[in-house]
Parts: sequence; C-alpha cells; structure tokens
Amino acid sequence: MADAIWVYALAERSGVTALPRLAGVAGAPVRPVGTDGLTALVSNVTLEEFGEEALRRNLEDLAWLEAVARAHHGVIDAAARLFTLLPMRLATVYSGEAAMVASLTAHAAQFRAALERLRSRTEWGVKAYVTPAARDQAPGPSQATPAGNPEAADSGLAYLRRRRDALSASRDSARSAAQGAQAVHAELERDAVDSRLHPPQSAQLSGRPESMVLNAAYLIDDDQAAGFAAAVEALGERHPRLRLELTGPWPPYSFTAEELEQEGA
Amino acid sequence: MAATPARQPARLPAERVSLVDLLDRVLAGGVVITGEITLSVADVDLVVVSLRALLSSVSALLPPDDGAPGEAER
Repeated sequence: MADAIWVYALAERSGVTALPRLAGVAGAPVRPVGTDGLTALVSNVTLEEFGEEALRRNLEDLAWLEAVARAHHGVIDAAARLFTLLPMRLATVYSGEAAMVASLTAHAAQFRAALERLRSRTEWGVKAYVTPAARDQAPGPSQATPAGNPEAADSGLAYLRRRRDALSASRDSARSAAQGAQAVHAELERDAVDSRLHPPQSAQLSGRPESMVLNAAYLIDDDQAAGFAAAVEALGERHPRLRLELTGPWPPYSFTAEELEQEGA
Repeated sequence: MAATPARQPARLPAERVSLVDLLDRVLAGGVVITGEITLSVADVDLVVVSLRALLSSVSALLPPDDGAPGEAER
C-alpha cells in the first residue's frame, strides 16, 4: 500500500537552507517538500497505522498518542530553533505528496502572512496554581468545636459564627486566587504580542494536588523574552497565594489555528 | 528552572516537556486545514477523540480521585 504524508510544519522556503537529519513519527526520516515559496516538513507514514480508521483506533491508546505527540513535537521543536515555522495540528495526514502540495498552495498567502507575524517571536506558557498556604488560610469546618462538647454548651451561637466565618474565608480565598490569576494575566498580556487562554488542566492530568487557576500562552518578541521571564518572577512575588510556572520556549502552537480558520472563509 | 534568576529559562529538552502541556498545544493548536485533508480527519472529531482517550486512559491508571476540578473538557 502506498504511504501517506504526515506534515509537521511550514516555513518560508528561503529560510530553510540546511535541514539536519531528523527522525519523525514512527522513526521515519523528515524531508522538506517545496511548494510555492513555502517548504513543508514531512515524513512518510503507513496507512496501516495512520489511515483514518487506524488513527481513530490508535488515538484511544495513550501510549501511542504520547509517542506520536512527542515525535511530532520533537521535529517541530528542533526545526523552530533554526527558522520561523508554522506548526501543523497533530495528525495532519495527506494521502500523497500531490494532494498535500495542492492543498498548501491554495492557502499559501495566508501561511506567508502567519509566518511573517511569528518572525522573531516565541510562545511562552504561564500556569498559576493556588498554593497550599493560601488554602490553609481558610480554616475548614472541622476546626470548629464539636457541638456536643459540654464546655461549649451555650456557645451554639459562637459555633455558628465560626462556621460562617470559615465558609466566607474559604470563599474569599477562592475569589482572591481567581482575581490574582486575572491580575497576573492582565499584566502579562500587556507585554505580549498576543495571548491565548487554555482551559486549566485538571489535577488528575497535571498530577499536582494544587488546583490550577491560569493556563495561558503568550507570544513574546524574542528581544523581550528575558524581560517577560523577569515579569513572571516579579508577579509571583507580588501574589504569594499563587505559584506561577513559566514554560517554554514553545514553537508557536497556540498562535496559528484560529487566525487561519477565520481568514480562510 | 533558570540557573540565573531574571534570565530567560533554559530550553527543556523536547523529551522532558510535560505530556499534559504538550497535548494542550499539539491537540488544540497548530494549523488546521479544514475540508482538504484527504483522509478527512476532522479536527473537531480528532480533538474530542484524543481527549476522551487521554482522560479515560489516565483515569484508568490512577486510583479513584480526590476531587479534581471539572475543567478538563474543552
């Protein structure tokens, strides 16, 4: 059976001078394919494993998904260090090179505009977690005196008061974490060319006990990167209830899709 | 993270990037060319399928949980 084509990313043809040897999805060698002023980074994949039906089945397998996601990212990340590129969504698969070239050519002007916008800019991620200390500041109901305690016999009112205070402290704490996250995002957004909010990761997926209140991506001019990292650090100090985590540099995954979909009408 | 504070953090090797952070990006970001992919892998279907796979696989591996916030679906 003929191979299908997996596409990793697009770049300006003039920017892709020498491509290092890269192993892509399923270990296949990555090669450049030129189309209308653009270069696509692609590799061959078998339809047995990456055809539509097989893909649906395989995507249900987390180990398979992880291996493929890491291979896809490995190629994009390595190439993004060498030239500006436009990452493709995971599992962009064409039945052959001719079909791919025709499709990319039809969108070439949009791709060039998107590449121009990403030049000398990098994506950074910032996540904010509520620190355990912030949660401790809100005493739980368990700390209230048990109602049956004889010493507290006539302090039913005091018990209710403590309970009410505890509940309102816990609400305040959640509200202040959310407000803190908003303030952090507002400030970082000002320094960014663009920003995007991802849904917070569930504690189950992130593997952390703290709850996440911000999961954002920022597109930053490369000459502002050190300043951006410093701003994140300073914000972390000003918001002791939050723990901020800076990730990146990322290839600009979060700053491609919407724009092209909107313009592609 | 950074060896010297207030500097740009060192780039993590691609293989050490957290899987969850990576899936946030490769499943929800990147260029999507609608309607022209010959294998007709619709992007919406793909994301839904993948996230369902991820969530069900992860919850199968973990002990019954401790009240994760219900924000994982998109």
